[in-house]
Amino acid sequence: MAHLEFEFCKTRLWATGAGCLIWPDQNLLVVSDLHLGKSDRLNRKGAGFLPPYETQDTLTRLDQEITTYAPKTVICLGDSFDDLEAAGSLLEAEKQWLATLQAGRNWIWIEGNHDPGPVEFGGTHLAEVICDPLRFRHIATPQGGGEISGHYHPKAQLKGTARPAFLVDETRIILPAFGTYTGGLYSHDAQLVALMKQDAKAILTGAVPLAIPMPRTHKNRTQKNRAMWRG
Amino acid sequence: MTELPEQIAQWINAKGWRLHPHQITMLEQAQLAANLLIAPTGAGKTLSGFLPTLAELADGTFQGLHTIYVSPLKALAADIKRNLTTPISEMNLSIRVEDRTGDTTNTAKKRQRADPPQILLTTPESLALLTSYEDAPRLFSSVKRIIIDEIHALAESKRGDQLFLALSRIQSFSPELRRVGLSATVDDPQEIASLLARHPDPCPIHYADAGPPPDIQMLDTKAAPPWSGGGAAHAIPEVLDLIKAHKTTLIFHNTRAQAELFFHNLWLANTESLPIAIHHGSLDRQQREKVEAAMVQGHLRAVVCTGSLDLGIDWGDVDLVVQIGAPKNVKRLVQRIGRANHRYNAPSKAVIVPANRFEIIECQASLDAVKTNRLDGAPRGAPPLDVLCQHILLMACSGPFYDNDLYQQIKTAGPYRTLSRADFDACLEFCTTGGYALRRYDQWHRLMPLGQGQYRLRDPRSAQRIRMNAGTIQDSDTLKVRLKRSRGGKPLGEVEEYFASTLTPGDTFLIAGQVVRFEGMNEMTVEVSRRSDKTPKVATFMGTKFATSTQLSDLILNRFAAHDWTGLPDHSITWLETQERISQLPKPGQLLIETFERKSRHHICVYGFSGRNAQQTLGLLLTKRMEDMGLAPLGFVATDYATLIWGLEQVTDPASLITSDTLLNGFETWLQGNAVMKRSFRSVATIAGLIERNLPGQRKTGRQATFSSDILYDTLTKYDPDHLLLRITRDEAQRGLVDFSRIDHMLKTLAPHIIHRDLPHVSPLAAPLFLEVGVVPIAGMARERLLANEAAELMAEAGLHLSS
Repeated sequence: MAHLEFEFCKTRLWATGAGCLIWPDQNLLVVSDLHLGKSDRLNRKGAGFLPPYETQDTLTRLDQEITTYAPKTVICLGDSFDDLEAAGSLLEAEKQWLATLQAGRNWIWIEGNHDPGPVEFGGTHLAEVICDPLRFRHIATPQGGGEISGHYHPKAQLKGTARPAFLVDETRIILPAFGTYTGGLYSHDAQLVALMKQDAKAILTGAVPLAIPMPRTHKNRTQKNRAMWRG
Repeated sequence: MTELPEQIAQWINAKGWRLHPHQITMLEQAQLAANLLIAPTGAGKTLSGFLPTLAELADGTFQGLHTIYVSPLKALAADIKRNLTTPISEMNLSIRVEDRTGDTTNTAKKRQRADPPQILLTTPESLALLTSYEDAPRLFSSVKRIIIDEIHALAESKRGDQLFLALSRIQSFSPELRRVGLSATVDDPQEIASLLARHPDPCPIHYADAGPPPDIQMLDTKAAPPWSGGGAAHAIPEVLDLIKAHKTTLIFHNTRAQAELFFHNLWLANTESLPIAIHHGSLDRQQREKVEAAMVQGHLRAVVCTGSLDLGIDWGDVDLVVQIGAPKNVKRLVQRIGRANHRYNAPSKAVIVPANRFEIIECQASLDAVKTNRLDGAPRGAPPLDVLCQHILLMACSGPFYDNDLYQQIKTAGPYRTLSRADFDACLEFCTTGGYALRRYDQWHRLMPLGQGQYRLRDPRSAQRIRMNAGTIQDSDTLKVRLKRSRGGKPLGEVEEYFASTLTPGDTFLIAGQVVRFEGMNEMTVEVSRRSDKTPKVATFMGTKFATSTQLSDLILNRFAAHDWTGLPDHSITWLETQERISQLPKPGQLLIETFERKSRHHICVYGFSGRNAQQTLGLLLTKRMEDMGLAPLGFVATDYATLIWGLEQVTDPASLITSDTLLNGFETWLQGNAVMKRSFRSVATIAGLIERNLPGQRKTGRQATFSSDILYDTLTKYDPDHLLLRITRDEAQRGLVDFSRIDHMLKTLAPHIIHRDLPHVSPLAAPLFLEVGVVPIAGMARERLLANEAAELMAEAGLHLSS
């Protein structure tokens, strides 16, 4: 998959087609909302048996990104695990796999609202990381200020095609969710419209990432999602 | 024989009635374990079904539930209740009749379980739920008879499978249960009999006198029908004359869109303001009920309608049925014709209106089929396992069960008589652990094995969830349409979600017979305003497009082969004869392909006669193959009989294009990623209980926590391709949705017999295809290019740059 280069707070960044953010000059990869172990948590909550393969699928895709960009530092912007117990439910092979990805890298877990610090995995646990001029945290703040966050699972729509998307304005970037079992919040949702400045852009993920002015109204598309899974 | 008690015999005499022979037969045979009655509309089917029950209950001593009546429609159950209560009170019998449907209040439902009526009128869904309660054994132990009305309609769907499974359960509580099926005329009564009876009980089939043959004609119009399209606008004056000449006319259409369009045009010509209404499944319930009430009271001269009026509710004095467009399926035509003239033993009167030139031939073939009683039907496939999974879960709700017992019980249900133990075990495993091959859930199983093949619900509280999600009818993907007002405007009806997604504010379209302007979306409602425009900008909204049945296609091809032009107007004969001179007519057992150049585009026309769905799929497959070969296809269009493809490069050897293995392999891959498959999966996963539509006390979470079932489909396809639900999805898609067997027939059986005609210009048979709407442009990599162009334009327009 290709990536799209853009400038943010005088910093050169790449938005990858798979949904990671790369800071090439720092050799840094950012990924958000992995939600590992989601099917396990839903099962525990009595919500049935979803195909229990999403952790494997998410790790496969993350592995590809890490292999492609070989980052020295990886920042996971929170909600990396669906909850603390889900972190414990990973198969031995999956834990090994994660350890392999972490080996030789500076790995930072930002705490999310789902997973306040899965301590059994290596890496550093932080509420926020500041690496001037950028700040990394889970949920965007109204003031922004070179802020990179996740949490909202943004998606945007172009010609009837909806895809997970980066939302970018001059003070903040919101990353799309990377986890396989994650839905999305349209960029025209009131919360995101309120948060993002008027000239915000959306970068759609996909084989070739595409930048568009961030859609702020749902022109002609319904928000109805069929047969949804609530977690 | 069940004797007719004094009160009933007297009542019948007092009315001056005499029982029909088939009603006497049903009474005589009432003690048999199963009976199937085939009778046309108006033959007193319902009375035939209920007479034995009334006879058995006449002495007023019977305690508990005696007879269960099941109908496919809630409205039908309510109708029957009225029709039963009157004679019961006139005969002075003490029999309680109650209905139980989705509309029944919870209080009434609870009371019914504690103190059941002697006759319960219900639907398959409500009955299945009733068997899932702990007190089911007590409730059902007294049941003597079950009457299934319109069994032919139920037999074609999963609702029927669910019903027959529930019957197997009820029979285990009441071994003496006797089953009665009431059916319209069908192509294979034996098959319905074998679904109805407890396997392997015999089930005699009784026939009511079919009455005199119907009087059907093809409408002769002043204006010749157009070369293509389905609106039949040319026939408006003649149809209006027919309405004036009759008391009440039903005007059937194959799609809602066509019904709306025709209704609109009819009103523009209705200078005398005759009371004419429209009725179809997308209209709001209130609107439909208003039309139904007006109909029953005889206030309407005509109703423009679709399949929503197909089933047997008595709409009063209909004396003419008009079918607009070729009926596509002979069985449906016969059932529609049956709606005319409910007086038994008087011929039904019907008029067929071909909407275009080709449909003249199709209509004529349908008429032949009706006259010779050749009905068509699709063979039933393997029993659906998703319904079985739901049944197992519902069983578990009522109490613990043993696997061997349940398997034996299920095999007595007609549709599942050939169920293999392996399939049953796979379903049981799915219900217990999810049935995943590569990674298993170790705890929190839904069912708990208690040893020796006994199972129960792990968490008794989950019974509520399972019941809430029971049923086999899927939410159709439709959105409500409302007039935009400050406080909730008037609901007009529903449109398909896909159609709504194509609208932009300002677009006008037809709904409920009026032109409306699309204003915008509000939550899940389409908001519109009224317009006085004469013509809508957006011509139609989607709707089921029936494909011509295999049997009907064969009849047409046989006529071609025999040069049988009887019944066809002169212009049709000239058209076909010109086709023969310039190219040739398609023949049975051959696949005719024409190639020609027109306006510097190269065209291929494949006459598969395989129905719209299969021809459409063929178009997708061929253009994909052509793109791979660098033949630059630009688009295609498909009808029931042919697919026309155009492109920049000439295809010199179309035979090799179709016969190639690549095409077949491409089909497999195409099928896997197809939206139809994902749609099927969604329905299968919901019925089987993987996806729950309704959760008790559903927590409101942010939208980012929800995700689409398509993701589950993709994940399973990737990591567990042999999973039970994928297996069910594949079976289903191949059977129905994509007309797999007909594509298979084209690609394998007909492909070796390809006749290729390279022509100097377009042929008469191909010409109408150029006028067809619904052209499919070719996407592929072009889609990404289109998106990229659009993105660049938007950014430029907004004056935005990436490096801000």
